[in-house]
Amino acid sequence: MKWLLVAVIAVATTVSDVLQAAAMKQHGEIHDFRPGALGRLFALLVRNRLILASVAVMAISFFAFIALLSVADLSFAVPATAASYVLETVLAKYLLHERVSLERWAGATLVACGVALLAL
Amino acid sequence: MISGRLKTSFFTVLVILTSVAGNFSLSWGMREVGRLVSASPLAYVRAVFNPWVALGISLLLVWLFAQMALLSWADLSYVLPVTSIGYVLSALAGKLFMREAITGWRWAGIALIVAGVLLVARTAPHPSGPV
Repeated sequence: MKWLLVAVIAVATTVSDVLQAAAMKQHGEIHDFRPGALGRLFALLVRNRLILASVAVMAISFFAFIALLSVADLSFAVPATAASYVLETVLAKYLLHERVSLERWAGATLVACGVALLAL
Repeated sequence: MISGRLKTSFFTVLVILTSVAGNFSLSWGMREVGRLVSASPLAYVRAVFNPWVALGISLLLVWLFAQMALLSWADLSYVLPVTSIGYVLSALAGKLFMREAITGWRWAGIALIVAGVLLVARTAPHPSGPV
């Protein structure tokens, strides 16, 4: 049961993050942080399909996560959710066309290994 | 206008702190709610009304908006590894407040994450942007 929840969380988190990053790249850099501008931004984002899809998938990930927390320690649950680190970096390169330098690959790999060790 | 570096640092720290505090609060609340692997939506609704779970959800909403803002100018392949320092803080919070043990393997994991974060933090958040 634990590992099924972990798998659901990993896949859902990956999909949600990539959709969210795609939407925000499309929107472009936010410069204006005054309340009125943030309100307009919010109104724009809640009608954005990529954001809506991202939040829907995030909700799946979230409920799987609190179910996991009810049967496992926080220090098992949190690292287990990060099983998707390298996968997300691969998707960032090929789907989002980010320029992933050697340093970023190395860093993402170190983080993924570290996170795997945390779950022990 | 806020400078790019400062803006990136501010939102990175906000993303990290809200995710650590949010997950911690959720975890605390779920201990009170008890075992929850249920097909019934009612069990989840009851969980959401626990004050710690509610606080956790509010913090994770702030986390969501902060991460969206950060992703509007920084690469996902930058944001993810850099904010993973939150895992280290979560492990330390688990040790301090919930008496969860940190074994030798976990300390090794923490060291690898810190090394990975330092490596990625040295890269420009967006290679083609002015940030």
